[in-house]
Amino acid sequence: MAISAAKKKTAQPAMSRALVRQETIAGYLFLLPSLVFFLGFVIYPMVMCVFTSFFDSTMNRADVFVGLQNYIELFQDSVFLGALRNTLIIVVVSVPITCIFSLWVASAIVNMPSWATSIFRVIFYLPVVTGSVAVTVVWKWMFNNYYGIFNYIGKTMGVLDQNINWLGDSKYALGCIILILLTTSVGQPIVLYVSALGNVDQSLVEAAEVDGATKLQAFWKIKWPQIMPTTLYILVITTINSFQCFALIQLLTSGGPNHATDTIMYYIYYTAFKLYRYGYGNAMGVILALMIALLSAVQFKVTQSD
Amino acid sequence: MEATKSTAAAAAQSTKKKKVSPYMVFSTIVIILLAIAFAFPLYWIITGSFKTQVSINATTPEWWPSEWIMTNYGKLFSRQKAPLWEFAVPFSSRFSADGKDIIWWSGPQVPAAIRWLINTVFMAVTSMILTCITSAMAGYALAKKRFVGRSVLFTLIVCAMALPKQVILIPLLREMSGLQLYNTIWAVIFPIVGWPFGVFLMKQFSEGIPGEMLEAARIDGASEATTFTRIALPIIKPGIGALAIFTFINSWNDYFMQLIMLSSTSKLTISLGIAKLQAENSTDYGLIMAGAALAAVPIIIVFLAFQKYFTKGITMGAVKG
Repeated sequence: MAISAAKKKTAQPAMSRALVRQETIAGYLFLLPSLVFFLGFVIYPMVMCVFTSFFDSTMNRADVFVGLQNYIELFQDSVFLGALRNTLIIVVVSVPITCIFSLWVASAIVNMPSWATSIFRVIFYLPVVTGSVAVTVVWKWMFNNYYGIFNYIGKTMGVLDQNINWLGDSKYALGCIILILLTTSVGQPIVLYVSALGNVDQSLVEAAEVDGATKLQAFWKIKWPQIMPTTLYILVITTINSFQCFALIQLLTSGGPNHATDTIMYYIYYTAFKLYRYGYGNAMGVILALMIALLSAVQFKVTQSD
Repeated sequence: MEATKSTAAAAAQSTKKKKVSPYMVFSTIVIILLAIAFAFPLYWIITGSFKTQVSINATTPEWWPSEWIMTNYGKLFSRQKAPLWEFAVPFSSRFSADGKDIIWWSGPQVPAAIRWLINTVFMAVTSMILTCITSAMAGYALAKKRFVGRSVLFTLIVCAMALPKQVILIPLLREMSGLQLYNTIWAVIFPIVGWPFGVFLMKQFSEGIPGEMLEAARIDGASEATTFTRIALPIIKPGIGALAIFTFINSWNDYFMQLIMLSSTSKLTISLGIAKLQAENSTDYGLIMAGAALAAVPIIIVFLAFQKYFTKGITMGAVKG
């Protein structure tokens, strides 16, 4: 991106100084309304987040500088470490499944008649549009101990011999949350993969098939490299989405039973709104942001080197 | 053009139809089953909202309601009341005795759920309009103007996009309290407008504006503003459409921001209202499903109506991303 911008710059004829100044003023005037919101409500809070993480900060009291104390405490806090573990489990399980599942669905529906492709695309997107709250409350009912359909189906099919308290049992709660998260996160990747697969140069695929390549070979050697940028983008957005999984947890389990489903995001909320420890919560925010930045960088490196 | 395309597609399809492999039959069946599973929660919300208490709590689920009733909606609407609209004296909470806004005009009392819907629509539409205007201008400037700090700014925008916005919730909350915006709809709207995805998207679209046209307009003596509205805007219009629908749907469902910024009954959005409803009546699933249907159905209708633009918005954001 940066390289192409630089190239464009050199390609343009040299502008007079007055023109440069005029362009600069015009550019910033066009940017001004957006910058007010961006700097005021995104960048300023980000800076404050890092800054306050070095303070002991709560309501109605002046902040006290504590240096790295918040960070040191974090890594001795068993609830935080549990939340960190749960967050990583959610990310490690849901990101690959989301990517593989959506790639499979997309490649299955992309060759259907266009009306069928668009119907399936809409259906798989429905849980996203329905909204996290509406989706969560209906799943809560479906997982219910006494009159949820999961226990009913399980028992009729003979898989379960007694009702399971899905969300109240620490063995199952996190798994249930991951399942719901999966249904609400494959919509966008499917849309992206359908469009990426549709753009794959069909003549190359046909040429390969004429040369005797199997379907699988044609996929790996020709389609896969061409959809790689899409895969990278999907990996990054799915990772961010899984890290910030919040509504599900707040509405389904509130981090329970016994912190079994705490995630960092939920624990930040809990620290800020139940414990009123702002500095401590911000330190967690910084850690979360660093983890996401690191993971995005790794994904970028890995997929670029292929 | 369109015709040749469709005939080509039809030809491709007919060749494909000839060789139906067992794998394709299998995958189609699995996809159909999965689609049913994905649509099921929505079906369950809508039918559940019309079910009687007895059939809701039946241990053997009623797949199709045996009796359709409106009681759940009745309960939802009679539960809480709120004024249909309220206009406060700006900044009046600073000098009023109890620290609350002074209301100079409030509407008739209506069911709170109606007020929540109005709040949500207002929030989503305002976010949408502000985001589209600011992003279109900024994206145009980033793509077509050469000025100092441009690449730094663009890098900052891309980096900010990669971070989850929830990370900044605590500072944002304190900032909004400081600005006296806490518990107002603006506290939800401003961070949505500030989120740089729109600028990024509009920059991608604006790259397609031919430089010669801008040059020609300048030579003809058009002002910067005229050049933007007469030449740039018509070209990036499809992009603005995509961004508009994208922002509308995302802000409608942005539960997290709403949860931390809004608290009093008359200020809630529909998602937040349903979440509160669930917290207070956790076992009355009929009532909760009525609320969920009220929250989900309008946005799904909007989505279905503008589905094409929406898909385009998602894909455009990813290209060159």
